[in-house]
Order: sequence, then structure tokens, then C-alpha cells
Amino acid sequence: MDPLKIHFEVDGEDFSSAGEASVEMKKKLRQLGIPADVIRRCSIAMYEGEINMVIHAHGGTADVEVYPDRIVIILEDHGPGIPDIDLAMQEGYSTANDRIHNMGFGAGMGLPNMKRYTEDMTVESTVGVGTKVTMTVKL
Amino acid sequence: MTASEVASLLSLKSICVPAPEREVLGGYTGDLLSWVMGRAKPDDAWITIMSNQNIAAVAMLTDVSMVILAENVAPDAGVAELCEAKSINLFSSELPAYELCVKLEKLI
Repeated sequence: MDPLKIHFEVDGEDFSSAGEASVEMKKKLRQLGIPADVIRRCSIAMYEGEINMVIHAHGGTADVEVYPDRIVIILEDHGPGIPDIDLAMQEGYSTANDRIHNMGFGAGMGLPNMKRYTEDMTVESTVGVGTKVTMTVKL
Repeated sequence: MTASEVASLLSLKSICVPAPEREVLGGYTGDLLSWVMGRAKPDDAWITIMSNQNIAAVAMLTDVSMVILAENVAPDAGVAELCEAKSINLFSSELPAYELCVKLEKLI
């Protein structure tokens, strides 16, 4: 069976509206009758990804695929890439600047939260080309 | 206890209250948004001094039942409207976050 697919463009310029794709996804998953806990985990994981794309990569795309047994979220950007993925995955490690900190972000918890809330997460990144994060949450 | 009952007992100032009957089961305080995303539980009252638009998205995505801005922090322009649209209860208090937590703990 083909999955239900939802596509979002994440605007990299407008920091204050970051999160709109996640909020929209949450509404759509609610309409589909997905369990609340699954929706919460998907939404938080996607929001963290969205924020990362806004902070580091001037935006990107988010694709959500809803299968009968799982939800897959694919985040893709053409930002600077992540030189050391293991280091980026460590709680507390961040390259965000003071402006980002003042907005309440840059705690180095984004990628760890995404991993925490999903059953499977893979990060593919090439410096100078971009980053692709694929997350799976089981239903 | 509902969000409006908590607000009344803590003498909070209402900024927008689109869902007064939301149940409050616990509390969380913090200003680093990813930390809040990772730790706050559904139906918590979230106490913070962060006032920008991102608090509306964080509150909605974590399913907290109310946001309380401590220390008389005022929400940035447009935040109240955003909370109203997303059905987020937003309050403020002159008390520091610590005192709000202590008082909340005694209520729930």
C-alpha cells in the first residue's frame, strides 16, 4: 500500500514562524486518528529538525509518510553539512550563536531529542552539500 | 485541577485563555526550548521567562495545558494572538519561576 505523503517547505528566513510545518503535521495526524503519544513524538522530533534547518541551513524540506504501521519523517537541506555526526549527536554540543541562544535554542539538545522520540534515526551529511535526516516512529 | 482554577489560585494574569478547562497534572520550568521539548510532559503547566513566538509552537507540540510567564515577563508582539489561534492558555505572574513552582506543587 502506498503511504499517505505530506510535503512541507521550511522557510529559512523567518525564525519566528519556525515550527509551522510541525504544527501543521500535528493537525493532519490528528485528523487521521493517529494515537496522541505518537503524534507528540513525531511533532517534537520534526520541530527540532525544523529548527535545525532554520538555524543552520537556511531552511529545507520535510516529507512525512504515513504507513499503516509507522510514520517516516524525512528532513532534507542544502546547508553546510555536519562534519562530525557523532559529536553533533552528543547532548549539549552546539554550534549555534548568541542570537540563537537568546531565542531559547542552541542547547545542543536538538538531534538528541530527535533520537529520543523516534525508534530509528539516520543522519546522512556531506560537508558543503547538505544533510538528510530520516526518522521512523512506529504506530 | 483546570488551568483556570490554577490561574485563579495563583492569582495569575490572563493573557489569553482559549481552553480554560484543560486539566493540569504537573509542572515544568525551563527556558531552553529543546530542553522543554525533551522534558515537559503532556498536561504540565510550563513556567518560563521566554517570551518569543516559539513558545506557542513548543507549548502546542508538547501538549502542556498552560504557559505561565514568570517575573512579569510580557509576551512579544503577536504571541498572544498565536496562542489564541493554537488554543494555548497563556498567563503571566509577578512571581519568580521558583515561587510559582512551589505554589503549584501545593495545588496539584
